[in-house]
Amino acid sequence: MSKELEARFEDLKSRVFEESPPSFDLQKPLITVGTATCGLAQGARDVVLALRDAAQKMALDVEVKEVGCLGHCYAEPLVTVKMPGLAPYLYSKVTPVKAELILRYFVRDGDPFLDFVMGSLEPDEIMPLVWELPRFFYEKRIIMEHCGLIDPENLGDYLAIGGYQGLVKALSIEPEEIIQRVEEARLRGRGGAGFPTALKWRICRANANGSAVVICNGDEGDPGAYMDRAVMESNPHQVLEGLAIAARAVGANTAYVYVRAEYPLAARRMRKAVMEATRVGLLGPSILGTEMALEVKVFEGSGAFVCGEETALIASIQGERGMPRPRPPFPAERGLWGRPTLVNNVKTLALIPKILVKGPQFFSTIGTPSSKGTMVFSVVGKCEQAGLVEVPMGTTLRQLVFDICGGIPEGRSFKGVQIGGPSGGCVPATLSDIPIDYEALRDAGAMMGSGGIVVLDEDDCMVEVARFFLEFTQGESCGKCTFCRIGTKQLLEILGDVTKGVATKEDLNLLQQLALDVRDGSLCNLGSTAPNPVLTTLRYFLDEYMAHIEEKRCPALQCRDLIAYYIVPEKCAAGCDACVGTCPTEAIYTMKTRKKAVDQEKCVKCGECMRACPPEYRAVVRISPTRDVPPPQAPPAEDGKPEKIG
Amino acid sequence: MRYEEEEMDVEAILKEFEPSLENLIPILQKMQRAFGYLPMSGIERVAKFLGVPKGHVYGVATFYNQFRLTPPGKYQIKVCTGTACHVKRSYVILEEWERRLGIKEGETTPDRLFSLEKVACVGCCALAPVVVVREDSTETFHGHMMTSKVNGLLLEMLRKEGKPIVQGVGS
Repeated sequence: MSKELEARFEDLKSRVFEESPPSFDLQKPLITVGTATCGLAQGARDVVLALRDAAQKMALDVEVKEVGCLGHCYAEPLVTVKMPGLAPYLYSKVTPVKAELILRYFVRDGDPFLDFVMGSLEPDEIMPLVWELPRFFYEKRIIMEHCGLIDPENLGDYLAIGGYQGLVKALSIEPEEIIQRVEEARLRGRGGAGFPTALKWRICRANANGSAVVICNGDEGDPGAYMDRAVMESNPHQVLEGLAIAARAVGANTAYVYVRAEYPLAARRMRKAVMEATRVGLLGPSILGTEMALEVKVFEGSGAFVCGEETALIASIQGERGMPRPRPPFPAERGLWGRPTLVNNVKTLALIPKILVKGPQFFSTIGTPSSKGTMVFSVVGKCEQAGLVEVPMGTTLRQLVFDICGGIPEGRSFKGVQIGGPSGGCVPATLSDIPIDYEALRDAGAMMGSGGIVVLDEDDCMVEVARFFLEFTQGESCGKCTFCRIGTKQLLEILGDVTKGVATKEDLNLLQQLALDVRDGSLCNLGSTAPNPVLTTLRYFLDEYMAHIEEKRCPALQCRDLIAYYIVPEKCAAGCDACVGTCPTEAIYTMKTRKKAVDQEKCVKCGECMRACPPEYRAVVRISPTRDVPPPQAPPAEDGKPEKIG
Repeated sequence: MRYEEEEMDVEAILKEFEPSLENLIPILQKMQRAFGYLPMSGIERVAKFLGVPKGHVYGVATFYNQFRLTPPGKYQIKVCTGTACHVKRSYVILEEWERRLGIKEGETTPDRLFSLEKVACVGCCALAPVVVVREDSTETFHGHMMTSKVNGLLLEMLRKEGKPIVQGVGS
């Protein structure tokens, strides 16, 4: 049986290779440009056009391909140039002009133009490997191993790197054995809660009777995390392969890929991948000629954070409002249209083929005792090299922020991170040596969640950070549970009062109590984790709350009701007008001394003048509390009013 | 593309779908893609088509962030309010648009030229704060926004439209 299956797979592979040869086999210069959403936003489309245009003008025979995302958002647009006989070189921050230069000097004249090269992707005598750069070195890529290196729209590429072998393996062993291997790998769901994947599969299988539904949850709603999108855009077939294996394991004949509405490119690439795989027989009525059938549909969500919750997600596929329902019955027992339903995150599914091919030990030897394998984090905010990072579980926050992402810009000090998105919490810098895994984060009051990490520095007000996340969850509450619907609103108002300096000490007690009540009184994880940012900031940054309440002062100089912009007359250069033109409300006027001053009545505190003030003066400062602002020093003009220019 | 309600061909969209509740959201998505928003007459027609109360369709349409019930402007201005943009003070940018356009977030100027909205992360956090301007079906990203850049963008769009350049253009 197994031999026959493999023969059929080999046959299929050679057919696909004939039709769409893998990019790496081409005997001519190959240029790949990362055109996932992040690359596109930074001008990758123009680079592709410039490359094609210039190649045509220079009459060069090159292949320009669009690939996915390497996760190095700070360096986008990324371009890889592979000349026959040389290792592929990676160029960062490529502009159309740079692209043309690379073509002219490297492709046409053979000089790799080393000034622009970030590194080489394969061992090479001229350039160091990019994998040895700090940003790459600590990474351990399993989920994102091929992201950004292969053409996501070419099935041949995926097959050439060993794709769909996991599925062949899964078809040749019993479903129970598949679950066994996932169990041995000790894989836990990457959606955030960390539920053991094998256990979920087993429950679903027990109820399935061959009619189960598998859903790939790509409804990534965290406002600052985008790894699921990157995986779907960069390597859709890996997700599909995992989906098919899961379907085989639990006994499903229908599968959905639920993609968030804001990800049109991910939806398009997933759709194309499904079509391709179905056409050649890797999905569809008879997978590789076996009895297994799997129909895969791509469903676009409509933008509701709560739909990341599995029961809400199912409701939305059924054409209802995405509201969660009480569990049990769990979806694995009764889910979509009453059928047993398995919902797994994109990253969980993307790991499955690797576990089957490389064996459970490969996976279970990475990580900490309780959390195995790797996790993808999206590190954004105040760090030098923002982007997606895949590291083994157990990496510390400090390594993540400093060793991998290059630390805090402009020499400011590290205050902490907000981890896990709106359901997560704030972890202070003092705790940044804890190894990141599900348990350690839970003990710190935060959560793995989506894996979104926002790096915060001394300029970030923790009360404001908590308020921001609560504002998000409050707006996304579906309204079913009273505590989540009204409780979060009240929490938000109290936090708003704190940032405005009108809250009292009693309000803090109320805040704490209400936060605990919301946590306990909500049905789904959206409500029960929504207070996490509040609870963790109260726990670790109480002094900041107190400064807002007692002194009406914002220590980070962020809360706009508590700060004022002030131009220090001693530093201001007479005759310099840099700030005047940038003020959107014409709040800056010129005094008799020809120095500038801020009309506090008109100021909207956008901070534009501070940015505009030339570094040699740095005359604009923020002052908190506002009562410390010196009285206006403008000597009145002749008519008794300050003279205003501009 | 902007349509007046009577010109909208809802039937052509419905023809592609089976009348099953599973298709409700895909139908609404298709409708919004075609018209730019969900007109009330279209919602009524979908309800009849699927055999569900109007309230159900309306409930779904208002539940999800993706759907809008009012026509967008010719230029749809989307200010990213994702986490990375927020810590880089995207709210200042949003307020500046509100001041310049004379409308609030979620509204459209009376001449239907501009509409302003907040959106969740658009996925280029390294460029924060980010504004996306959508004209017809092309989206342009503007990174590292500043209040002065808001003004510049607005002037550019007004010039393209041959409109007089005044403050509070929508009012």
